[in-house]
Amino acid sequence: MTPLAGYLLVAALMFAIGLAGALTRRNAILVLIGIELMLNAANLNLIAFWRYSPHPEALTGMMFAIFSIAVAAAEAAVGLGLVISIHRHAHTTDLDHMNRMKG
Amino acid sequence: MSLVFYLLSALAVAGALSAVLLKNTVHCALALTVAFAGLALLFLELDAQFAGFAQILVYIGAVAILIVFAILLTRGSETPKDGVYSRNWLAGLVIAAAVFAVLGWAVLQSAWTLPHETAVPAVTVHDIGVALVGRYVLPLEIVALLLTAATIGAVIVARHEKEEAK
Repeated sequence: MTPLAGYLLVAALMFAIGLAGALTRRNAILVLIGIELMLNAANLNLIAFWRYSPHPEALTGMMFAIFSIAVAAAEAAVGLGLVISIHRHAHTTDLDHMNRMKG
Repeated sequence: MSLVFYLLSALAVAGALSAVLLKNTVHCALALTVAFAGLALLFLELDAQFAGFAQILVYIGAVAILIVFAILLTRGSETPKDGVYSRNWLAGLVIAAAVFAVLGWAVLQSAWTLPHETAVPAVTVHDIGVALVGRYVLPLEIVALLLTAATIGAVIVARHEKEEAK
């Protein structure tokens, strides 16, 4: 097995773990943790493809990963702000109890 | 495939698994930090020094701390009595397993076309900086705008609205 295939398999495993966490947990913050894990797995793919690409000096995959990290940070800030706001209104972070959009 | 790669991926996967499986939410956030650190070390193993240290700064330094703050602000550290998994957890598990099966199958099928060991790329942080303000300056500005908008938006969304409640 080539090194790139190993990294891709690890990234696929981390993506699946994150997806399982996002789909099975009740707590909204744990769902966000699962989404962060999925984004990180995608970043690992980007960096691995950059490292084993024929022209790494073009920096395409590296730039993609850096911008992806910045966008993930913005997503985490807004997502956690939403969770705190919902907790203030509904006094719960349990997704099974969040079944109304009206406050 | 070196021993270092196996150790680092075992660390990252173990951190991710415990972040998803543990009952106490604070323990989940700490396990998530371990997973982020494992991924940052994998980036360093891939000769991507800048991305590795950016991962440590942004994820361990900012996102993990933000998640711990959110857990403590929402009193999410108390384990709920009716379990931590949602009602249809089996469907989610099946979907995740199916996604991993498809991805793993695709990687293993195309493994012989993937490139073998290549030379270490001679890319320095200086090259990345020049590219960021040269060829990639427009995406950089857009990301700066996005980060500003997201920070202001997060503050507005999470703000107390006492004057409206009166």
